[in-house]
Amino acid sequence: MVAPGNTRLRLETMRLTALFGGHRAVHDVSLLFPAHTVTAIIGPSGCGKSTLLRCLNRMHELTPGASVVGEVLLDNLNVYAPDVNPVELRRRVGMVFQRPTPFPTMSIYDNVAAGLKVNGKRPRRELDDAVSRALQQAALWDEVKDRLHTSALALSGGQQQRLCIARAVAPEPEILLLDEPTASLDPAGTQRIEELCHLLKRLYTIVIVTHNMQQAARVSDYTAFMYLGRLIEVGRTEEIFTKPKVEQTEAYITGRFG
Amino acid sequence: MSRAFGRHLTSRIMTILIIILSFTAVLALVLILGNLLIKGASSLDWAFFTKSPVPAGQTGGGVANAIVGTGIIVGLGALIGVPIGVGAGIYLAEYGSGRLGFLVRFIADVLNGTPSIVIGIVGWTFLVKPMGRFSALAGSVTLAILMVPMLARTTEEMVRLVPHSLREAALALGYPRWRTSLRIVARTALSGIVTGCLVGIARIAGETAPLLFTALGNLNFSVSIGQPMQTLSLQIYVYATGPFDEWHRLAWASALVLMGLVLIISLAARWVTRERYGGAR
Repeated sequence: MVAPGNTRLRLETMRLTALFGGHRAVHDVSLLFPAHTVTAIIGPSGCGKSTLLRCLNRMHELTPGASVVGEVLLDNLNVYAPDVNPVELRRRVGMVFQRPTPFPTMSIYDNVAAGLKVNGKRPRRELDDAVSRALQQAALWDEVKDRLHTSALALSGGQQQRLCIARAVAPEPEILLLDEPTASLDPAGTQRIEELCHLLKRLYTIVIVTHNMQQAARVSDYTAFMYLGRLIEVGRTEEIFTKPKVEQTEAYITGRFG
Repeated sequence: MSRAFGRHLTSRIMTILIIILSFTAVLALVLILGNLLIKGASSLDWAFFTKSPVPAGQTGGGVANAIVGTGIIVGLGALIGVPIGVGAGIYLAEYGSGRLGFLVRFIADVLNGTPSIVIGIVGWTFLVKPMGRFSALAGSVTLAILMVPMLARTTEEMVRLVPHSLREAALALGYPRWRTSLRIVARTALSGIVTGCLVGIARIAGETAPLLFTALGNLNFSVSIGQPMQTLSLQIYVYATGPFDEWHRLAWASALVLMGLVLIISLAARWVTRERYGGAR
């Protein structure tokens, strides 16, 4: 597999603050996500890690009363600039959620093709290729290739989540955001998704939010620890987990709070 | 020991009570259907479905004009009412959190509670009077007015049942808001919306009062929507209140046909919501 597009692509937040009404869920976070790496965001519940993730593809602003101060730079372009269309942005920044969300009225094929079709009509042949490529990337192809036109709801939870990954990568985004993607999966399903992270980072820049510290240690190159909306520490994963510089980080990863 | 026995006894008694009550509820339907069958079925013949009424006092004739009229008036009413009602419902569920949504919802609820005869008078005032004559079109529009608030509210309920996570998934995939609403959310709620429409159609098919002021009724066969037209409900009203035994006989038969029609529509609604894909609601 060869990385498409700009290998020096950068995703970066600059003094990003996210609010729900008057409540600051994310406070003044500046964070760089290097290209073709997996960055894990960890921290206790309510620390703002999911909100931070949702700021990256402008999903945060869809919540009534939500607002953002600061910048998110994608290739040095502020995604919150007035001339940026959030719909276009979301085609460049794919997202997978906590629970699998296959579209219930669509077949497996149509689910994967959904993000492609919304970009305009394509020849059938091209669509077929893109769907099979996306399913292969999500390591689901062998399991579903004989029943592409059956309901996506017949798949198991783990398969559905991989289908959602296939759906997210089918339009060939540059960034892939994973919001606790294994929270509702069994250990086998979790393992498959983690293996996928290793494969997919060659193609995409991945940001994963997780509750599970072992998971962060297993899948990520960089780890950011957040607490009460603030970024406490960020660094190479092995350093964060072996010799954290900040007391709070050490307390959290050794299980003394959180 | 005795306490456990007491609980079992209470459970038993309540179960039996509930069974009796449900049978009582079903009994009403059975009595109505049975009565209609006994008094109406014997009059159902080929002429009943194919002939128009004959002059009063003569025997024979049918209600073909009313059957066709019901189809035209209700069909046209649904054609006008369904897009508006369903559209309003999707709006209320997807964008109706503001002041306008509150207002629309409130008005729909008030309209839903308005007696249909009042809607009929409205139809007469704003359609029949300016047009200078009673017409099937005025009847259809009046039925559509009855239908819209009903559909708006049921559609809203159905669309609201779609999990929020599906909306987010579509938006995160780069769907524009309106496309998310139509292609994903409304599509997912479609079987519920269609059921709501069919129930609404069944409901207006049985309406009489609003049509008395608008479509008026017509003892001759007519398919012109600019002219008065007969429906089964109007036919029943005229025949049942008339002095002739022959008319009463036809009224029973018409009632049976109308009831059958509503039953078929209701069954269609059930068929639409049947489980597909093994449990997709």
